[in-house]
Amino acid sequence: MVNQSRSNKHWESLMNVPLFQGELVHLIAPEPQLAAGLHSRWMRDSEFVRLLDTDPARLFSIDKNKEWFEKNLVEEQKDDELFLLIRTLEEERTIGLIGLDGIRWTHGDAWIGIGLGEREYWGKGYGTDAMRILLCYAFEELNLHRLSLSVFEYNPRAIRSYEKVGFIIEGSARKFLNRDGQRYDMLFMGILREEWERR
Amino acid sequence: MEWKTPLFEGQMIYLASIKPEKDAELESRWTHDAEYQRMLGTDRVCPLSPAQIRKKYTEIEKEMDEKGNQFYFTIRRSPQEINTDSTTEGEDGAGDLLGFIKLDWIEWSQGVSSVSLGIGDPAERGKGFGSDALRLLLRYAFGELNLYRLGAVIPEYNQVALRLFEKSGFKVEARQREALHRAGLRWDSIRLGLLREEWETR
Repeated sequence: MVNQSRSNKHWESLMNVPLFQGELVHLIAPEPQLAAGLHSRWMRDSEFVRLLDTDPARLFSIDKNKEWFEKNLVEEQKDDELFLLIRTLEEERTIGLIGLDGIRWTHGDAWIGIGLGEREYWGKGYGTDAMRILLCYAFEELNLHRLSLSVFEYNPRAIRSYEKVGFIIEGSARKFLNRDGQRYDMLFMGILREEWERR
Repeated sequence: MEWKTPLFEGQMIYLASIKPEKDAELESRWTHDAEYQRMLGTDRVCPLSPAQIRKKYTEIEKEMDEKGNQFYFTIRRSPQEINTDSTTEGEDGAGDLLGFIKLDWIEWSQGVSSVSLGIGDPAERGKGFGSDALRLLLRYAFGELNLYRLGAVIPEYNQVALRLFEKSGFKVEARQREALHRAGLRWDSIRLGLLREEWETR
């Protein structure tokens, strides 16, 4: 039981950290309608899609996307994943998505993924800021031991950003990707809790 | 390799479909062996009843049929390998079930997939059944499904599997540090890969 007389300023300052706010962006829970509208627009940008995922680029209606978000974010919310949107602090503009998936609670490992759908925010530190927020959440709130991610070799901007927040390259899946007939590696990166704490 | 060469017949084993009723009894017993489950990967070790295993089989067959993104085979002892005193239960028996082998996480657009396998009875391990089955599955993946690359993810503590995959041509490509927490210790998760041209030139 908490003894109120023992509460002190240090404890309070630790508990009241704004977990979902960084210096440029904050992370918000997605409303299916908003997420579906943005997603439909971002998925038309095939360069974005080819940086984001290995799935083939394809187009769905806003209604279909909304149905998907309602099912996956609201009705069948899973214990092993988390999906948030990235919003700028200055203009309150939603510029991208970020999340964890495949959280393996017994091992303390999870995959992290991020994408900025709004191109004018690429290369300006917005993604790095969002990653720092989610890393803090993963290690301090979820108490995970490590985080993993995969990134394509033709995406040096993302690799630099991940290195900036402390990820190191742990290897690759050689020639995993086939883009217009050319093969590219998929890199694996990881960060351990102690590396994040030492940052 | 000639196109007529049988896809599913190995030297000591053959690949077959699931026989839900009989296989479930045996596989349920295997899941009560923590070592078997720990060697397979990262899933939480938990004993499963035959009914739970049958449900898993139903889901596997449903996914194979509807999504077409995985191929699951049982590994069974070839008839000539079965001794007269073995536990075979007639021609449709489950006494010949040794384990499973599968391709999953298939991404057709990239031409990639993952391989995993398990031999259930500790007494049957180390006899070359896994190696025989993996040889068939590689031929199936590259020669029948026309995939370009196969991956495998193996816990650092499963040295037997690492040796088997390396012997079959896979190369270690990545080491995810401390990704596993087993028996109070942290272990790396090892990722291996095999490309079509590497398999063809062996």
